[in-house]
Amino acid sequence: MSKVIVVTSGKGGVGKTTTSASFATGLAMRGYKTVVIDFDIGLRNLDLIMGCERRVVYDFVNVINQEASLTQAVIRDKAYENLHILPASQTRDKESFTIKGVGQVINELKDSFEYIICDSPAGIEKGAIMALYFADEALLVTNPEVSSVRDSDRMLGILHAKSKRAIDGIEPIKEHLIINRYIPSRVESGEMLSIKDIQDLLGIDLLGVIPESEMVLQASNAGVPVIREEESNSGQAYRDLVGRFLGEDIPLRFLEPEKKGLLKRLFGT
Amino acid sequence: MSLLNYLSRKNNKPSASLAKERLQIILAHERASINRPDYLPALKRDLMEVVGRYIKINADDIKINLEKEGDTEILELNIALPEPLTESTS
Repeated sequence: MSKVIVVTSGKGGVGKTTTSASFATGLAMRGYKTVVIDFDIGLRNLDLIMGCERRVVYDFVNVINQEASLTQAVIRDKAYENLHILPASQTRDKESFTIKGVGQVINELKDSFEYIICDSPAGIEKGAIMALYFADEALLVTNPEVSSVRDSDRMLGILHAKSKRAIDGIEPIKEHLIINRYIPSRVESGEMLSIKDIQDLLGIDLLGVIPESEMVLQASNAGVPVIREEESNSGQAYRDLVGRFLGEDIPLRFLEPEKKGLLKRLFGT
Repeated sequence: MSLLNYLSRKNNKPSASLAKERLQIILAHERASINRPDYLPALKRDLMEVVGRYIKINADDIKINLEKEGDTEILELNIALPEPLTESTS
């Protein structure tokens, strides 16, 4: 049975595409046949984060319009043979982006893939609704910051009301919280919402905490999902998160402030 | 927190707890309003139109509230008539 997983947040810039790319890569690294779909019609970006931007020939909308087959449009990752990408279209025309059209594509993907990851655009417009509509599970990416938490809560309400599972009245979408860009030292000094604060507010299960890391920018510069950076904290946190998703019991890491030298303590930030 | 920051800091409440309090209040408020049915604004607009044919009223004068008490839903409608009561003459 294949699973459809939406990566969503409401707010933009919190790390949805970074998380989609790393999560999909992580599942493929574990041997699962995985495809990640960019739902941000008109603002394609997943291809850049995955490092396959020059190999895009056809896109999601071409497939919906039957101008290309899935085999033609889906790009196979160069590093992991189980990993595939379906890029968004760059046209602004969203006419063909319908529940019926998207549903047909997802159904066809279910024949070949175990995990279908839907990278949602920001906002609560059509693209975001399409991305969550067919989901079995949801990864809610939240930053420890007021506007992100509020938008995540709003997104939970939309998952409960607008998804196919909600409309059909069957078992609801399983929701997982991912706290991204966490800075333990700022939490310790009381200037950033803690993991517990966010969990209390949103009330859903925590799947992982990704620490703020310089490596995320560097990985995106290079077009390598950060999960592949074995040395980096955020890469390791994503690997842990994928393991937890697959049912392994892995404790949270990187939640303590890094030790600073004396000079930095006195004069640093 | 560096020493310089520490010395210059005033005795403020940590801002994260302020953030949490504000979020608790706004989320509770928004969750309640999201569960309201979609038709309430349209109903209000239609009522405005019908009542407006006979009495001059403002949008603020109509209050619609939907409450749930046990199994029964109560639609509460409150229309404040303007003072003095002006009948539209035609």
